[in-house]
Amino acid sequence: MSRLNEENLRVARQIISLYPKKKSALIPLLHLSQEQNGMVTNEAMAHIAELVEVTPAEVLGTCSFYEMFKRHPVGEYQINICHGISCHLLGAEDVLEHAEKSLGVKEGEITKDGKFSFEGVECIAACTEAPCLQVNYRYVNKVDSGEFDQLITDLQSEQKAEIPKHGALAKTRQQIQSEKLAGPAEVENASPPVWLQRNEDGQ
Amino acid sequence: MSIPLITTSRWDVEDGHTLEGYLRTGGYEGLRRAIEMTPDQVHEEVKKASLLGRGGAGFPAGIKWGFLPPDVWPRYLVVNGDESEPGTYKDRLLIERDPHQLIEGCVITCFALGLSQCFLYVRGEMAHGQERVAAALNEAYDHGYVGKNILGTELSVDVVLHWGAGAYIVGEETALIESLEGNRGMPRLKPPFFPASIGLYGKPTIVNNVETLSNIPWIIEHGGDAFAKIGAEQSTGTRIFAVSGHVQNPGVFEVEFGTTTFRDLIMGEQYAGGIRDGNSIKAFIPGGASAPWFFEEHLDIPLEKTVVDNEGSMLGSGAIVVMDETTDIVKACHNVVRFFSRESCGKCTPCREGTNWLEKILDRILNGYGRPEDIDLLLDVCDNISPGISWPPKQTTICPLGPSAVSPIASALKRYRSEFDAYIGSNTVTPVSVDGGSS
Repeated sequence: MSRLNEENLRVARQIISLYPKKKSALIPLLHLSQEQNGMVTNEAMAHIAELVEVTPAEVLGTCSFYEMFKRHPVGEYQINICHGISCHLLGAEDVLEHAEKSLGVKEGEITKDGKFSFEGVECIAACTEAPCLQVNYRYVNKVDSGEFDQLITDLQSEQKAEIPKHGALAKTRQQIQSEKLAGPAEVENASPPVWLQRNEDGQ
Repeated sequence: MSIPLITTSRWDVEDGHTLEGYLRTGGYEGLRRAIEMTPDQVHEEVKKASLLGRGGAGFPAGIKWGFLPPDVWPRYLVVNGDESEPGTYKDRLLIERDPHQLIEGCVITCFALGLSQCFLYVRGEMAHGQERVAAALNEAYDHGYVGKNILGTELSVDVVLHWGAGAYIVGEETALIESLEGNRGMPRLKPPFFPASIGLYGKPTIVNNVETLSNIPWIIEHGGDAFAKIGAEQSTGTRIFAVSGHVQNPGVFEVEFGTTTFRDLIMGEQYAGGIRDGNSIKAFIPGGASAPWFFEEHLDIPLEKTVVDNEGSMLGSGAIVVMDETTDIVKACHNVVRFFSRESCGKCTPCREGTNWLEKILDRILNGYGRPEDIDLLLDVCDNISPGISWPPKQTTICPLGPSAVSPIASALKRYRSEFDAYIGSNTVTPVSVDGGSS
């Protein structure tokens, strides 16, 4: 089942309602489907196309542009090893080499138990903590071989509760109660916002 | 000289990211001040502050705001939190450690300019940052700092958190708008139309960087003049710099803008503490991977926009990457070029093809298959992307990503050509030409 489930459909409709144009919700909905299925499937893209009223081809067009959307299975724990310039200077290549040896798979492959996959990624904005990596987008700073192996052991025994399975990003979502919502600024609405009247009134 | 911390004052406050911690440390005072003023007065304070945009281009925010055409509605605010420039590492901390300050900056900006809705675009890989912003927004909505009738006034603006999905190019403002519209993140052709006149959904749009907007609450609370008194004449206030690479204490520091020097930051005990292991410095990148490299003789240049521009580089996104004497310059150069090659969006031919070529040529040089004429070939490809290989760069592309790949090559060849030659050695294999002509 890779269309959005009932609960996620409700979330999806809420997300769509925040934007003046439905297509703006496309990337957030792709994240939602990836959270549900661990990857983005064709069925999910077709469903998103229905929801935001574009063709499935347009959804694929957007989806395929962005690094984070995986249209093929990855490990439950996707390990992104930074090889940006700061991490490169402090040994990122050694970490990548070690990961290959330690996990017994090449970059982009999944371990037999389905748990791990890894790849070298561009700068993840933790340059003073080089060399660094992310497991499902959670940071691990200043990694060396020993720490890498410890990390794998901990993940294997599910000792890292703070790291969700691949696909889930933020655990907190923006929730706006309808009475607090100002409402999306509709593109066709051609009137200036009321508070600008103050400029005329001089206060 | 002691200066106030403007944007990072809550980084050491444990609960500074919560509404309680934020209010306890003077949060939302700028907004309270703003709503007692007229929108034009608020805009005026930001102009007085001469706040330069902190994203990379360094354009004055108050002036950018002034480009909005009169009487075209609605207008939108888009916050650029897609921080991905290699070495750059400040917006993520501002987002994670002080999300309310950013939200307050957004609401004040919407008030000043009559912007009807704000989209806060946070880089997809920053899961923790997204959580912090979402939690802060939920609190801010609950307590009337965002949303309908803010603090009981007629001001009503939503701030919508939007997740990115991994694409460096989306940090370019028109690509960001494309991405926000649900499209592939490819930059739009400009001029003639900049986002201020035709932006999100074809409507006037202000795109500002996270750090830029994080300065706004302080400016409104303390006044534009107070802000302009800090720093140099044309580079006012403070700026956040991330110093990484081969230094003793890599770190992220807020310093007075325009007066602090590279030497202070890199060598200063209270900052990065000098080069590791007592080594000497070989080169440093002064403003993110796009910037041409500096060398030892540039250390005493102040962190001032115009001075650095005139010296042939840029402060860019406030990322200083230090390379010591042990650095393999060809490898470092290859690393930065590979980044641009991978992140090229593919819209313009010189960048899509050129950056790829550059990476491949450097790759073969590193692997021992370099040819003597490869250096000229590198420069020729560079010249096709950025004619004349000068600074500021000319470009045959829509956005500056292509020319950015030229910076590391031009810099590295200027100073360390011998290292390239050493890799190439005495290889004399001539390149095979596909079209029968000479390459």
